[in-house]
Amino acid sequence: MFSSRLFNILIPVISVVMGLIVGAIIMLSFGYNPIEGYVALWNGAFGNMYFLGETIRQSTPLILTGLSIAFAFRSGLFNIGAEGQVFIGWVAAVWVGINFDLPLVIHVPLAILIASLAGGFWGFIPGLLKATRGVHEVIVTIMMNYIALHVTNYMIRNVLSENGDTSERIKETASLRSDGLTELFGYSQVHWGFIIALILALFMWFLLEKTTIGYELRAVGYNKHAAHYSGMSVKRNIMMAMIIAGAFAGVAGAMEGLGTFGYMYTHASYTNLGFDGIAVALLGANTAIGSVLAAILFGALKVGALRMPPLAGVPTELVDIVIAVIIFFVASSYIIRWVLLRFKKGER
Amino acid sequence: MQFIELLQSIMPMVLFYSAPLIFTALGGVFSERSGVVNIGLEGLMVMGAFSSIVFNLTFAETFGSLTPWLALLVGAIVAGVFSIMHAVAAVTFHANQVVSGVAINMMAVGLGIFLIHDWYGKGQTDSITQPFYTRSIPILSDIPIIGEMFFSGSYYTSYIAIIFAILSWFVIYKTSFGLRLRSVGEHPMAADTNGISVTRIRYIAVILSGLLAGLGGATYALTISLSFGGSTISGQGFMALAAVIFGKWHPLGAMGAAIFFGFAQALSVAGRNLPFLANVPNVYLVIAPYVLTILALAGFIGRAEAPKANGEPYIKGSR
Repeated sequence: MFSSRLFNILIPVISVVMGLIVGAIIMLSFGYNPIEGYVALWNGAFGNMYFLGETIRQSTPLILTGLSIAFAFRSGLFNIGAEGQVFIGWVAAVWVGINFDLPLVIHVPLAILIASLAGGFWGFIPGLLKATRGVHEVIVTIMMNYIALHVTNYMIRNVLSENGDTSERIKETASLRSDGLTELFGYSQVHWGFIIALILALFMWFLLEKTTIGYELRAVGYNKHAAHYSGMSVKRNIMMAMIIAGAFAGVAGAMEGLGTFGYMYTHASYTNLGFDGIAVALLGANTAIGSVLAAILFGALKVGALRMPPLAGVPTELVDIVIAVIIFFVASSYIIRWVLLRFKKGER
Repeated sequence: MQFIELLQSIMPMVLFYSAPLIFTALGGVFSERSGVVNIGLEGLMVMGAFSSIVFNLTFAETFGSLTPWLALLVGAIVAGVFSIMHAVAAVTFHANQVVSGVAINMMAVGLGIFLIHDWYGKGQTDSITQPFYTRSIPILSDIPIIGEMFFSGSYYTSYIAIIFAILSWFVIYKTSFGLRLRSVGEHPMAADTNGISVTRIRYIAVILSGLLAGLGGATYALTISLSFGGSTISGQGFMALAAVIFGKWHPLGAMGAAIFFGFAQALSVAGRNLPFLANVPNVYLVIAPYVLTILALAGFIGRAEAPKANGEPYIKGSR
């Protein structure tokens, strides 16, 4: 028989394979060579140090938004608001980066801390409304995303610049980039944020699996009523889960602000880091280690996709279709489970 | 009199911005009333916009001035077919409906832009040559004050959207199909026991939401954006979802909410020319619809109750 642990590993793997197969079929039916396409994708993601650096850079915020959504999921909440929390964290980090004069060892942590608080606050509002008024967090976070988009655009134009479309650059002491690292990875945009993301993944694992706080959060996620009955405060745990989830996404924004870009620019629409984070969390089965692996996969897909048009003629959007198909299969794991069990029965 | 002049100048714009939202929100009402959450409205709008623009560009010379109408129809049908994917995942495969909706959104943008790249060799299409034009309704537009406010300088699609809202109200509240739809969304097991096929009703509802959202996307493309690219539909679907909730899952309420959002949008565009709004930073008007939706949800503007079984896959035999 299949154990549930085996299922948890099989389902993401099968989903990824299905996604890649669908991608290959699409390439074939539009007259592209799928082998050329995937080779270009692979080389574009891991071909040399520059591409590897870019893949790491792309994966960093995805790990964090993935953790954000996975963390909320484990507590029985769906944080669609990572998108907005990224904006708020980004703008907060850049604000600290521009307006303070501090030594590096204080400036960087302070900027990240403020970003996590800002993101946490953005998660707190839907958490509060969920806990006290029973409002579904999905809708509130969608609304909060738009508010974040417009408010940060307003702040960039009026607070962080004088009517410009980009903020000033952050001070060198707030930057996560370093010359040595940039040089090592062929002058890509890679930065130290990757280490921070990994540390936070470890932190999430520890918090959820090894502490009382995590135990309560998971208990509320499994069964609110049982948790309440055994004396846990469901309301407090809902709020805390959303604050922590928001904080993770806020740090993802800080990675963009302090690492990748070093400034913030006005957005016409979303960064998609939040929505891709949903894919990351799902594929990673809402675990810390799973989110890290899934984020690296999606980061590689997104960065590698950029080499597909010049080398194989395939539009980059093919990768978006592949990712959508992967999520689709993970979401429909019920059917994969059913087919696998059927298969197993047939063998007997 | 100044107020009436203001309304006269802004009303056509309100109707123009709210039409796509009304169509899409009605789609949301059908889907959610049957118990299927549809975050994929955004993606379905993308599909509607994409297919209507491609149809319009390809067949503008064949069909002449009939093209935008046919493009509207094509947009609705393509999105309707696309929505079957959500129905299969959400109803048959018992998938998490929000996640499946997110997948629909990603898929729609990915597929749309992929095909545009493949067919036109660039990420954004040219502008269409056969869009909808503003019209004045004969006779009605001659009525003093109201005529100019409501019946001149608007698109026919705006009036069709309002008629659709009334039709949807009739279907949901006055027909046996509507009763079944609502019962499936409130208590699927009770409905099933009474011999109503939950699966069938939910499929129909999701496909209806696809058709309507496609109509909404096509309306947006053929009256507002006039071309298709990656950022053509950016958030209108989520706005429509907000209208569904703000309108308390009622077709006429959703229409009212959509018109209100259209009003806020028109104000944020035209606000600079209005004396009493000149000093208000634009950002307040832009975020107003979202803030109001949150307040409405929190119960400060009347409680919004979702259909009881909204978002729950129905698994026969489980309690």
